Amino acid sequence: MHSLKFDKTNLICGLIFVGLGIFFALQSLDLELGTAFRMGPGYFPFILALALILFGGIILVQSLRVVHEPISGIAWRGMLFILAAPILFGITVRGLGFAPSLFICSFVACFASTRMKPLAAVALSVTVTVFSVLVFTYGLGLPFRIFGPWLGY
Amino acid sequence: MELFDNLALGFSTAGSLANLFFCLIGVLLGTLIGVLPGIGATATIAMLLPITFQLEPVSSLIMLAGIYYGAQYGGSTTAILINMPGESSSAVTAIDGYQMARKGKAGSALAIAAIGSFFAGTVSTFLVAIFAPPLTEVALKFGAAEYFSLMVVGLVSSIALAHGSIIKALAMVSLGLLLGLVGTDIYSGAPRFTLGIREYSDGLNFVAVAVGIFGIAEILRNLENESTRSVLMSKVSGLMPSREDFRAMIAPVLRGTAVGSILGILPGGGAVLAAFASYTIEKKVSKHPEEFGHGAIAGVAGPESANNAGAQTSFIPLLTLGIPANPVMALMIGAMIIQGIVPGPNVAAEQPALFWGIIASMWIGNLMLVILNLPLIGLWVKLLTIPYYVLFPIIMAFCSIGVYSVNSNVYDLYAVAFFGFIGYVLVKLRCEPAPLLLGFVLGPLLEENLRRAMILSRGDATTFVTRPISAGLLLIAALVLVVVFLPSVKAKRETVFQEEE
Repeated sequence: MHSLKFDKTNLICGLIFVGLGIFFALQSLDLELGTAFRMGPGYFPFILALALILFGGIILVQSLRVVHEPISGIAWRGMLFILAAPILFGITVRGLGFAPSLFICSFVACFASTRMKPLAAVALSVTVTVFSVLVFTYGLGLPFRIFGPWLGY
Repeated sequence: MELFDNLALGFSTAGSLANLFFCLIGVLLGTLIGVLPGIGATATIAMLLPITFQLEPVSSLIMLAGIYYGAQYGGSTTAILINMPGESSSAVTAIDGYQMARKGKAGSALAIAAIGSFFAGTVSTFLVAIFAPPLTEVALKFGAAEYFSLMVVGLVSSIALAHGSIIKALAMVSLGLLLGLVGTDIYSGAPRFTLGIREYSDGLNFVAVAVGIFGIAEILRNLENESTRSVLMSKVSGLMPSREDFRAMIAPVLRGTAVGSILGILPGGGAVLAAFASYTIEKKVSKHPEEFGHGAIAGVAGPESANNAGAQTSFIPLLTLGIPANPVMALMIGAMIIQGIVPGPNVAAEQPALFWGIIASMWIGNLMLVILNLPLIGLWVKLLTIPYYVLFPIIMAFCSIGVYSVNSNVYDLYAVAFFGFIGYVLVKLRCEPAPLLLGFVLGPLLEENLRRAMILSRGDATTFVTRPISAGLLLIAALVLVVVFLPSVKAKRETVFQEEE
């Protein structure tokens, strides 16, 4: 008996598509399907979800046939800090206000790179914040509060 | 002549001081961001989209068009100087452009790219002006069934032109369509796939999805290995091409313009295909094919003209039918919808100033690029030396502001992070993001027209094949699908995309 070889990239890819397909299919079934004449809210998404499951399944089958080189060099550090930046901005922008929140956002993003020094990160974030406040709130007149209620404004 | 009246209207709209100013800003900002390595036109527009929302519809679309040309030009600059194409359409330019730069001819390579693009832009702007109105007439006769079939053609061609596995592209389209359906169902008012989050009941924010999938995913990819780039900057001198250079570029520019104009109309990413096709043609007709890959002028002039011509004519399906031909046009549609304009054949009739203003601004934008960028090349080159780790915190800050400014909805910011993650994972799994974005934009339209067509035909699905235009379109879609699955085409397609890497 020989060991089963498969392409990891396509295996993961297929599983993700099938998984998402099942998720959307189940969600669609909770909605009214209707008939082909009068389609309900679930009809078209249900068909699409089935198609997604089918394509995911084909990718799974293909993963058994051809083996490509494996995935390499995932930017873990980048993901951690880059993805956190907009989320932190979202959490704090109403409470802290535009300026402090933007500072946090760019400061956190700075650490996605190993080359950034803490002092440079502070300097860069302050510059970005001041520039954005000038351009967006004063220049373009976007209705953001510069400092928010959490800081007593 | 009606054409000239229309063009005059367009130029008077686009030529107003305010609009000229916005066009200029757009071109400058577009080049500025586009020059940053690894950030292509799509990501640039996605990031800069929100700053146009405060403007009048005409000005905002003119500025966006300016950003588009600027970003494309910026992409060619990085392709030539550091062999790092920001967008797949300038990947071809990198082959010979970078070699020219290594031989100390960076200045003339940049000038050839700019002049070729300008010529192609001028010709194709006229083509848009000539062909858009009659096509709008045709489009006005379209019913729900025809629209549905047309969108199927668009989606299928985006699959055909995507890199890598066709099955993966099909899966990406399906996923995109599903994501596009998130939100409240227009017929029944039932919330769909919102996971109970009320903030998503208007659907996922288009800007958030685009910024996440194209912008953030791109940044993450650049963070994988932070190697230093070598810029061939000290040698950028002698901008003006010599007489021989000019003579060598005329024919390739003409051929590139012709190829690009035709292929650009195809839905699904004509500009990329145009650049490749032009390079292949130039290599075939050249008396010195051995020069290609070692700094051939034709290898820069042809593809650059082709991709610019293609970029321009890809506005035709957008302006006449409201169907995006590529991810950039999908962004344009998003911008139009946010501005309260329903893209489609009615735009030309109801808002002629807007319609012709955009067409005229294409030419003005191209002119500005030539006038501004040749003297400013020194500045753009300096930008290339800014280390990447300084740039991306700035980009992240602007992305966050931009997305938030659309609706002041903090959930849009969470969506950016989520789609950035999804986009990165999918890229890692060798899935092309363009079909997904196209699906996302077309999802709601496709469903609406499908349901309407079915109601009109009383549930008879044969309506799509008994109506002649619809049947013809579906036939085209089927043919494209059959062709990409043919073993010989499949093999060829793989080699074409391999060459690019």
